[in-house]
Amino acid sequence: MTIDWSNFTPWTALLGGLLIGGAANLYMLLNGRVAGISGMLGSLLEKHGEGKGEKALFLLGVVLSLLLWWVFAEGPVVQFETGWLGLLVAGVLVGVGTRYAAGCTSGHGVCGVARLAPRSLLATLCFMSAGFAVVFIVRHLLGA
Amino acid sequence: MLRLMAFICGVLFGLGLLLSGMVNPAKVLGFLDLAGQWDPSLGMVMLGAIGIGLIPMQWGRKQTRSLLGAPMCMPTSRTLDRRLVGGSLLFGIGWGIAGICPGPSLALLLSGHWQIIIFVLAMLAGMVLFNALESRRTR
Repeated sequence: MTIDWSNFTPWTALLGGLLIGGAANLYMLLNGRVAGISGMLGSLLEKHGEGKGEKALFLLGVVLSLLLWWVFAEGPVVQFETGWLGLLVAGVLVGVGTRYAAGCTSGHGVCGVARLAPRSLLATLCFMSAGFAVVFIVRHLLGA
Repeated sequence: MLRLMAFICGVLFGLGLLLSGMVNPAKVLGFLDLAGQWDPSLGMVMLGAIGIGLIPMQWGRKQTRSLLGAPMCMPTSRTLDRRLVGGSLLFGIGWGIAGICPGPSLALLLSGHWQIIIFVLAMLAGMVLFNALESRRTR
């Protein structure tokens, strides 16, 4: 392993993380809910479900945050390394997987791990390991 | 009030994602590439996001009402099962292929990249597929 110092952005990453976690804390303290993106999306796609208004507005806030970002800053930098077929497969896997797991990077990785919930610790271990393995296979074994 | 706060929290959450750089798939994949040129940024994001939540989340877990008087809807399940492990592995595989997870995909929805539109539509299709499989299982 060599650290990629040229791309490492410790301070914006830490500050962004604090903002993500702070927003999740606020949502939990005020609304009594977990700020899990896949859970909210999944809930909106179900026929029955409670708190749909709050969930829809949280997600709308995430979508519209880019407009506020553009008021103050350029970008953000977005570089894709995957073609349309890869994106399609990845999207389906992320959709199905997060619903079976009942959480993604936000619900399990941020909120659940901060709560030290055993399910979230296991889920995070699993998706992180799978992510490491896939990137190793794609970049170093297949050499794409 | 609950809805307004939900919207504000969503905006802050999205701004955090944008600032953190995690909306850039190349940066996420750079973190997942332990054997190559490793970019530890995602680790810093998790450190900040989890660190700031340790005390509030522990406190909130024990409450019955939120500060605005809403009932606490926190997860209560403690089951470690195949669904959790299998689902997380599938999610991790998808995440490792594209470098995109649900939060960043929504924060970039209006960015004009066709890649995001494909990813989000496929992700929603995956969730609908899950609902269909579930309703078959319970019928």
